[in-house]
Amino acid sequence: MAKGLKLALALGAVALLTATAAFAASDRGAASDTLVYGASADPSLLDPSLTSDGESLRPTGQIFDSLVGFKKGTSTVVPSLATKWTTSKNQLAWTFKLRKGVQFSDGTPFNAAAVCANFTRWYSFPAPLQSDALSYYWQTVFGGFAKPAPGGLGPDKSLYKGCKAHGQYSVSILLRRPSSSFLAAIGLPNFGIASPTALKKYEADAGTVDATGVFHPTGTFATQHPIGTGPYMLQSWTPGNKMVLVANPKYWGPKPKIKRIIYIPIGDPSARLQALQSGEIQAYDNVAPQDFATIKGNKKFKLYLRPPTSLGYVGINQSLPPMNNPLVRQAVAYGLNGAAVAKAFYGGVGTPATQFLPPSLAGFAKKGVPVFKYDPAKSIALLKQAGLTPPVKIDFWWPTSVSRPYMPDPQRNFEAFAASLNKAGFQVEAHSSPWRPDYRAGVQAGKAQLFLFGWNPDFIDPANYLNVHFGSKTAQFGFDNQALFTLLAKADAASNADARAALYQQASIQVMKQLPVIPYVWAAGAIVFDSSVKGFVPSPVGTVNEPMSSLSFG
Amino acid sequence: MLRFIVRRLLLLIPILIGLSILVFVWIRALPGSPAESLLGEHATPEAVAQIRHQYGLDEPVYVQYWAYLKTLASGDLGTSIASTRTVTYELEHRFPATIELALAAMIFAIGVGVPLGFLSAKRYRSGVDHAGLAASLIGISIPIFFLAIILKYIFSVRLGWLPSIGREDTLSEAEHPTNFYVLDGIITGNLGASWDAIRHLILPAIALGSIPLAIISRITRASVLDVQNEDYVRTARAKGLAPRTVDRRHVMRNALLPVTTIIGLQMGLLLSGAVLTETVFAIPGMGSWLKEAIFNRDYPVLQGGILFLAIVFVFVNLLVDITYALLNPRVRVS
Repeated sequence: MAKGLKLALALGAVALLTATAAFAASDRGAASDTLVYGASADPSLLDPSLTSDGESLRPTGQIFDSLVGFKKGTSTVVPSLATKWTTSKNQLAWTFKLRKGVQFSDGTPFNAAAVCANFTRWYSFPAPLQSDALSYYWQTVFGGFAKPAPGGLGPDKSLYKGCKAHGQYSVSILLRRPSSSFLAAIGLPNFGIASPTALKKYEADAGTVDATGVFHPTGTFATQHPIGTGPYMLQSWTPGNKMVLVANPKYWGPKPKIKRIIYIPIGDPSARLQALQSGEIQAYDNVAPQDFATIKGNKKFKLYLRPPTSLGYVGINQSLPPMNNPLVRQAVAYGLNGAAVAKAFYGGVGTPATQFLPPSLAGFAKKGVPVFKYDPAKSIALLKQAGLTPPVKIDFWWPTSVSRPYMPDPQRNFEAFAASLNKAGFQVEAHSSPWRPDYRAGVQAGKAQLFLFGWNPDFIDPANYLNVHFGSKTAQFGFDNQALFTLLAKADAASNADARAALYQQASIQVMKQLPVIPYVWAAGAIVFDSSVKGFVPSPVGTVNEPMSSLSFG
Repeated sequence: MLRFIVRRLLLLIPILIGLSILVFVWIRALPGSPAESLLGEHATPEAVAQIRHQYGLDEPVYVQYWAYLKTLASGDLGTSIASTRTVTYELEHRFPATIELALAAMIFAIGVGVPLGFLSAKRYRSGVDHAGLAASLIGISIPIFFLAIILKYIFSVRLGWLPSIGREDTLSEAEHPTNFYVLDGIITGNLGASWDAIRHLILPAIALGSIPLAIISRITRASVLDVQNEDYVRTARAKGLAPRTVDRRHVMRNALLPVTTIIGLQMGLLLSGAVLTETVFAIPGMGSWLKEAIFNRDYPVLQGGILFLAIVFVFVNLLVDITYALLNPRVRVS
């Protein structure tokens, strides 16, 4: 029996190896019109107005077009479904000339009525859809709803006032107050124009609310029939397995060279890298900094770094003593060795940050900004000046189970910061919890004295950095600086570009004087492609503005 | 035999009630709440309170449990918070993936472990025996995810022989009526798809099966060594039976009894080990799904998914007991 067994084992092994080797010979790159993309998760819904996660906005960005778009690789607003626009003198009416001859992928025409139907839909979302988890971007940009949910913001708080069609190809969006960030905001993929016929036919807003308060569409618009005017359309989606987009034959722009995009959800970053190396996928996003060297060292792949617009900062809650004392906040700023962290943990592409706006933006202050270089002695002196006896105990929060471009590995950042603070007259007490939901909830409820956080902008405008964080009082930073709030509101309403830039520069300086945050790194998100894929241009806002229609296999 | 099975089935009732209570209470003991998780970054305490009140999360736990039992009895497992798909839909798609993987791992573990253990025993203290011991030690001590990454590096990245992710080729358009991909290929007459599914199972099965393999081979070895010295084996040999017949009829049949028990227990471990394997191989199964659900405080998924897995585990053990009874008449009598 022993001999028989050995023989069987040997035969089995040989058969297995032969079979696998034979199959390995089958060429994987045969489908040259198909791009297989490793996503880090499934999308939640394919209705961009009801999602805010990158995994959903990546495919919807290929399916829907907004009225305006952004020039490739920049944040400059360019025509998309609208070819021209003007604004009234009082800046309360924006009139858009629409592109003619455009059809939705279901064959229905795109026109002024379709634009108004979409804006009216967003403004009139029923109460369940007014949850932050769903219509977050409408609320961020426009504020209120026509019929607010109990406790929600109503028409008086809404930037949006109405929509007026002038014939087929001209439409006006009416605002309640001037806003200089409005135009860039409606270029967000969340404001992609959907086919009104499909919205109705596939019951985009119909749904139930389950026992935990989540809205579940009973219609099929957001799961099976997302109909837009974009270069691609949905062919099939098996959650957990794959999503297939195919070229939209009715697309108004240049026909995409890649006819099919397959998104495969692969949660584990090392599994994505290995799948790329084995040729099973040709692209993936959110490349871990520790993999940069491996990828760069292989000619078969090309790594693209996005412009560094993702900001890592240490937040300070001024409502929790002794952080209410400006001297203590300055001591923290001198006690954090941010430059060392930016250099060490970002794959060689982290740039030290000294203020809240990236240097490429008009509101970046070139002078007058207080600079805090790591200086433990100065930190200790400031603490003493504040009447405290070092070491001063501080509660420093850091998140687990998360990786963001601005903090690829939060634990390493925390450990480095804790070490530098401990040398600078502080005694750090570590406080960690999972990013979702405990950490974010705790920080945003104002429980964290000092915390690791960051910001990925939705669009590249000072308003999306400064107004979002410091435009009003929040529990997170616990500061109430009316002068800064007024300054930021004035900056957002300013129509003159130079005046606007000057106001934002003032605000940038004020933020660094008040120190609700200590910015330390500008990080770049990275995406990798098989080097046979040509034509990719990384966007400063990341995946939401990276059309796949211009890619080709070279 | 029938009485034995009925008795075991009746015992399932209190076990399942106990399980449902445990799962329900345990999930609610987790810090954080789904309302906060759901409302996201900008949740105000008022909004959280409103959601909690509106959907009964502020009711006493026993009231919530009763409501949960009622919906459970109607076959409704709820809807996932994170994916917005029903738990039943997810189970239909994910459970087959996990079972396929666990079975493949078990086939690998038994197929290699039993012969290896047998050989080690037959060549007691020989080179083969020592090599087997070393292999077992490595199998038990090497972390699954590490082994998985090494296997993928060698067989997918370097040699390009086997796929590293998923359950089928990324370009495959095969149909899946049952979601058991190997079976689906056979049902739809697409044997290429079955073979594709099997190729996708090889590396995950080896990674996941390495620990059970080591255990099974060690238990088999010990058991064969024991049985070999029994009087009835000596008698069989003495009466002139061919060594092969002695091994097959007398040694293996008796030596496999403890191995059967171990296999049953290992099935449970395989289900938990699947969490890592599924994550590393991007297999959309139960393990990776439940792991995500824990982070999202996805109560419906956790309740439905864990209860379902627990029931499966209980049934697997029942099957093992029945197999054991079939192999060993003494169990039936007792």
